[in-house]
Amino acid sequence: MIEVTNLTKKFKDNDLLAVDGISFSVKAGEVFAFLGPNGAGKSTTIKMLTTLLEPTGGQMRIGGKDPVEEQDEVRKLFGIVFQDPSLDDELTAWENMEFHGVLYRVPKKLRRERIEELLKFVELWERKDDLVKNFSGGMKRRLEIARGLLHHPRVFFLDEPTLGLDPQTRNHIWSYIKELNKKEGITVFFSTHYMEEADRVADRLAVIDHGKIVAEGTPQELKDRAGVASLEDAFIALTGKEIREESAGSLDRLRNGAKMWRRR
Amino acid sequence: MVGSLGQPLLFLLALGYGFGPVFKKAGGGNYIEFLAPGIVAMAILFTSVFSGIEIIWDRQFGFLKETLVAPVSRLQIMIGRTLGGATVALLQGIIVLVLAIIAGFRPTHLGLAALSLVFMFCTALLFTALGTAIASVLEDMQGFQLIINFLVMPLFFLSGALFPLEGLPKAIGMVARANPLTYGVDGLRGTLAGFSHFSLGLDFIILLAVVSLFMIIGSYLFSKIQA
Ligand SMILES: Nc1ncnc2c1ncn2[C@@H]1O[C@H](COP(=O)(O)OP(=O)(O)O)[C@@H](O)[C@H]1O
Ligand SMILES: [Mg+2]
Repeated sequence: MIEVTNLTKKFKDNDLLAVDGISFSVKAGEVFAFLGPNGAGKSTTIKMLTTLLEPTGGQMRIGGKDPVEEQDEVRKLFGIVFQDPSLDDELTAWENMEFHGVLYRVPKKLRRERIEELLKFVELWERKDDLVKNFSGGMKRRLEIARGLLHHPRVFFLDEPTLGLDPQTRNHIWSYIKELNKKEGITVFFSTHYMEEADRVADRLAVIDHGKIVAEGTPQELKDRAGVASLEDAFIALTGKEIREESAGSLDRLRNGAKMWRRR
Repeated sequence: MVGSLGQPLLFLLALGYGFGPVFKKAGGGNYIEFLAPGIVAMAILFTSVFSGIEIIWDRQFGFLKETLVAPVSRLQIMIGRTLGGATVALLQGIIVLVLAIIAGFRPTHLGLAALSLVFMFCTALLFTALGTAIASVLEDMQGFQLIINFLVMPLFFLSGALFPLEGLPKAIGMVARANPLTYGVDGLRGTLAGFSHFSLGLDFIILLAVVSLFMIIGSYLFSKIQA
């Protein structure tokens, strides 16, 4: 479903490669995790796959289509939940869904049915007429998940979907995603820096560090290869270090700044 | 919205009543009549350019990304955003006009005053497109502050919004002629106060030409946005 060969990204203002010649593939119907510390290149890879960024080099295919050459074809195939919130806070939950449906040209009758089905699925149907700005972080995430699925995508990208959520909400989100993968057979590609999420949720995973893939396989394979019992230990064995804790980098500070600005 | 009305209102009242007597003594007539269309243009200019600011934030954090990955062309998104931003700016212009009327401004001719909406909308489109174009290439807020100080303020002050274009020093007169806002202000003054420096037809044609140009440039730069 997803084929990536030698994918590379170099940003203008950065000497290091954000993504350094990575190759991997994800089979249809699989739940695939992209595990790596902050700044490893996870978001950059997802942005290239989803037509937001042009790669510096390499090849990508989603459902056989090229995200660079066949943008519109690819855009119809995937749904996405971005790392940063991307809802319109001034609209209600239902209006956010409706807008997405119109944008993706989902016929009206089908759209209305699907919106109801999905809002019920993520348990937001009762709150459908509330403004999104009054939602908690977990509710916003659930709404973004519902929205990303509205146009029946075949691949679902989730960039650190549980970042900043409490453990209970995180469990909740993963149970939706697992259920969805079973029910609709959708291919799921998610990134995370939580080891135990990749271990528990993913069929297969790739470990990325400094823009390079350092290991790929099922969680069990990675543990066996490193001869250790937990994925945490496998990670240390593979990269020679512990997964870095999140630090308030410049982007995070900017992110907080934006939050301040947007509070109307 | 309410906050952004304060500045035009302050300009209108302070300058209008402050310079009124001097303007009259110099043979310029009623300064409020002269100034009000300029202040309407100012409100539109600021609201329009600021709608561009949203793109900078949106690109990194907000709703724009949702539209950028949708199977919709960038040109359509750009046109949609520009029309939306321009409509908000138009409403802002209308509100300032109403406030000016409350403050003592009297449009000379009701039919012509209706035509002023056309000039308001053209001005709004022009500067929303410019704001979008600039925001598409800017990386952060610092850049935007520079734009306000070194582009928007000079555009406003050198547009004939505050003073007549007749008898200006040659250099300033030339700058004013090269400034697209001048034609928006002039068109508004022609339709609202009944006198203009250029003909209304010329004002309209120049506005239309610059709107088209900025839309093309804006669409191109917008299509190059990487998130
Ligand atoms: N727009 C950008 N310009 C320059 N450098 C960037 C940009 N976006 C990301 N980077 C850099 O690329 C690297 C990978 O970032 P990213 O893909 O966001 O990591 P992750 O999502 O794994 O935390 C980091 O070193 C980051 O600083
Ligand atoms: Mg990231």
